[in-house]
Amino acid sequence: MESNQAKPGLLCNPEASQRTLYPYVTGTSVVALKYKDGILMAADMGGSYGSTLRYKSVERMKPIGKHSLLGASGEISDFQELLRYLDELILYDNMWDDGNSLGPKEVHNYLTRVMYNRRNKFNPLWNSLVLGGVKKGQKYLGMVSMIGVNFEDNHVATGFGNHLARPILRDEWHENLTFEEGVKLLEKCMRVLLYRDRSAVNKLQISKITEEGVTISQPYSLKTFWGFSAFENPTLGAEGSW
Amino acid sequence: MFRNQYDTDVTTWSPAGRLFQVEYAMEAVKQGSAAIGLRSKTHVVLACVNKANSELSSHQKKIFKVDDHIGVAIAGLTADGRVLSRYMRSECINYNYTYESPLPVGRLVVQLADKAQVCTQRSWKRPYGVGLLVGGLDESGAHLYYNCPSGNYFEYQAFAIGSRSQAAKTYLERRFENFTNSSREDLIKDALIATRETLQGEKLRSSICTIAVVGVEEPFHILDQDTVQKLIDAFEIVGQDEPPAAEPDVATEPGAAAEEGAGAGDGAGQGAVAEPDVAPMDI
Amino acid sequence: MTKEHANWSPYDNNGGSCVAIAGANYCVIAADTRMSTGYSILTRDYSKICKLADKAVLASSGFQADVKALQKHLAAKHLIYQHQHNKQMSCPAMAQLLSNTLYYKRFFPYYAFNVLGGLDSEGKGCVFTYDAVGSYERVGYSSQGSGSTLIIPFLDNQLKSPSPLLLPAVDAVTPLSEAEAIDLVKTVFASATERDIYTGDRLEIVVLNADGTRYEYMELRKD
Repeated sequence: MESNQAKPGLLCNPEASQRTLYPYVTGTSVVALKYKDGILMAADMGGSYGSTLRYKSVERMKPIGKHSLLGASGEISDFQELLRYLDELILYDNMWDDGNSLGPKEVHNYLTRVMYNRRNKFNPLWNSLVLGGVKKGQKYLGMVSMIGVNFEDNHVATGFGNHLARPILRDEWHENLTFEEGVKLLEKCMRVLLYRDRSAVNKLQISKITEEGVTISQPYSLKTFWGFSAFENPTLGAEGSW
Repeated sequence: MFRNQYDTDVTTWSPAGRLFQVEYAMEAVKQGSAAIGLRSKTHVVLACVNKANSELSSHQKKIFKVDDHIGVAIAGLTADGRVLSRYMRSECINYNYTYESPLPVGRLVVQLADKAQVCTQRSWKRPYGVGLLVGGLDESGAHLYYNCPSGNYFEYQAFAIGSRSQAAKTYLERRFENFTNSSREDLIKDALIATRETLQGEKLRSSICTIAVVGVEEPFHILDQDTVQKLIDAFEIVGQDEPPAAEPDVATEPGAAAEEGAGAGDGAGQGAVAEPDVAPMDI
Repeated sequence: MTKEHANWSPYDNNGGSCVAIAGANYCVIAADTRMSTGYSILTRDYSKICKLADKAVLASSGFQADVKALQKHLAAKHLIYQHQHNKQMSCPAMAQLLSNTLYYKRFFPYYAFNVLGGLDSEGKGCVFTYDAVGSYERVGYSSQGSGSTLIIPFLDNQLKSPSPLLLPAVDAVTPLSEAEAIDLVKTVFASATERDIYTGDRLEIVVLNADGTRYEYMELRKD
């Protein structure tokens, strides 16, 4: 824990820090896009402990109230704590029972405030969050980072996804994607990530949110091809010393 | 001096189960000049009568903008009303900061009522001496609420509070069923007539009333005096005892239909005197 | 366990450039809409411009989360001002408020680089330029943000503004017409986009004059 002592000025008790200074168990990219009827989102189910694949069935997408869907990458425990906050928020909102409800825009803004306030206290929630939703015919898709940077877009991706998936999305995304086309596009992104992101695993969920509500798919895997000769025998033809 | 031995502080019950201090606070609402509110599906109109304390002074402001979607009209202690509307403004700003969306009217009203309720249960506090008509718009439509010093609140289609408000209520009770589908203009007209009812024969002029509107695509705003005078002239709303005399300096619309003294005579003369043996808690 | 962790930072630089030019009876405020982090683009369409009052427009670059917090804070303050005074805040008043707001966080600053443009009480264009901790100055034109090092010399050369050292003071507003100023802004951004990787995608221009507020847009290089 040497690194904890790096900034004794900031932390009152460096020996037993009560703050996230670096993440422990992390989830990798989340990819999401708007399609004809709402929002589609994809995330795999791996939870990495450093470079160890520690958990294999982590659900990283959750419905928030009636109109929103939240996906998270980064520290899993922080995400699960955030879900407890949101549960309370939605419960409190429902208890009014007055015909008003928090939509995706409101939830996204709330999340932004939470993330930013935590960074102001030098005690961040170590996540990149993706929030999608539909309310009153309005589609909404936004992102918030660990330090409160937030924006909306037609398609978003966290972490490696921003490097590998978004160029594909910028090429192929359009306003009137059907559900099938949307899923196909997401799977293309997830396949690229699976091949190139070492912490990605081949067990993922795709979720959709429309005016009707949220559905999250059962875990499934993508068809892959690893049979290239260079993959099967990478040392063939190499002239090593051993 | 005292009505009985149970009315010297807010937290003492009378054997009949009443809180006299709270009831006295509600009396303060009746002392203030009238405030009126009515709503349609899409609009809320607030109106009030401006009474100057003396010939030499101006009148006090009785309608406040809380946010683009909410406004209040008050009757009773104006000073208390000002404090409460400042509270409401800050609640709206805080909600907007967190969610970037307007605070639902009903929720603000509950927060306001809870604030008033605290004052009925603390020995070192005093209930607010003001009644508030809260008008506003949210995703569930247009709303009009009445908040009173006891911490009670009620939702209304149309309501009037303050001195001689009974006359306006009588008028509104006869007409309220049409309000849901009223146009904005008709709503303002009914607000003006209801206001006139509380004047007891005094001529309705823009200088003694304030009108405010909030509605779909129309942020809360107080109509300026010229506009109000033009509306009064256009609708030919005048005091019942006076002939309909047009203001010489303002253009009138002779074609506009005259509301033929719909409420004239009825409410006039009825004061807002509460029966002493009925607890006014539920109004 | 000895492990090297990059130390967590509460700041990021999301890039972007802002420009404002004051004229005799107008003010032009412009900024690009790219938002980046490191070498990657987060989004190509994020507005850095915030209309705070009828005659005060703020363009800010730097750390987006701080910029957003600053904008929301000022917007809330302006609402309170309107409730209390029944009028819109003037541009010079907003300029002072912005300075105080930035200085209040002197020891945990908003990482925001601002240019405030607007019209003063006489309808004359005014531009205020800031550093992150609140020192500010009224000028005839200014630029802030990642491309400012490329833009400022360009503007200096084109506008030939009288030196602020001249005595008696000479008015700093630019001699250009409104249309010329808008053209200059477009040129300046097209040029900055060529060399600054944090500037690009789209240009948003706000023009303030006696008629009110007008928005214009221009596409920029997306690479």
